[in-house]
Amino acid sequence: MRGVVKMDPTDPPDAGGEKGRKTAYLLLGCPEVPVQMGIALYLASRLEKSGVSVVLAGNPSVIQLIRVSDPDQHYVKRVINLERAMADLIEGRVRPDMTVAFAHNDAGISYAATIRYVSASPLYLIIFGRDAEALAGLAEFECEKIVEKAVHNPAQLKKKIDKVFGWAASKS
Amino acid sequence: MGCIEELKYETIISHASFKECREYVKEHFKERIEVEPGFKIFDSYIIGIPPILVGIEGDAVVFPYTKPCHGTFLLRIESSDEVDRLRKKR
Repeated sequence: MRGVVKMDPTDPPDAGGEKGRKTAYLLLGCPEVPVQMGIALYLASRLEKSGVSVVLAGNPSVIQLIRVSDPDQHYVKRVINLERAMADLIEGRVRPDMTVAFAHNDAGISYAATIRYVSASPLYLIIFGRDAEALAGLAEFECEKIVEKAVHNPAQLKKKIDKVFGWAASKS
Repeated sequence: MGCIEELKYETIISHASFKECREYVKEHFKERIEVEPGFKIFDSYIIGIPPILVGIEGDAVVFPYTKPCHGTFLLRIESSDEVDRLRKKR
């Protein structure tokens, strides 16, 4: 196992954040749509640079993609299994300052709805893929939706994320 | 499917949307109990969009089970203990 990266199931539950830093949980869905991984690495990097401690949660394939894509942990410092992250959030063992959920299918919306129900912290819901607009209609709960029909090219989705998170370059 | 996979279960619907599973429970089971997201059934957390409906048929529980890559499954598992626990939730 590498460095401080947390890998389920061998590691104990972790509160996720570092002392004195805000914490963000990034909950990834099935990694079948290419833009997800690029956007997740981008978000993790930007949030860490802005002083937020990021915990990325995903299924075993997502975790392996992160390990291979970021072997030196430049972008993602902490990774946990999605099921463990959900358990920790549902049971209130961790209380991140924000959660970012990724959804490109019905299951992704279900995960986000569950987070909305169990956590009072701000929820950002990134909806992407070919069915992005239809899926956005299913997310009738309170959250900041970022919707883009992106599959392979993350550029437009990144632009929308930059705008929502205040990272867009000033044109003045 | 984690702990669920180790149990003897019957799959009623597979790779469906959450809404499809909810509608199926509504149409096919007279006895239904509404649970909240994160409610534990068979030691697994229910992931879903409220209202989440769980059907009861005799000693069996019929409930949605969501996986990130495969959508929602509607599963049926026999357990009088779990049925009793759900009925007490009313």
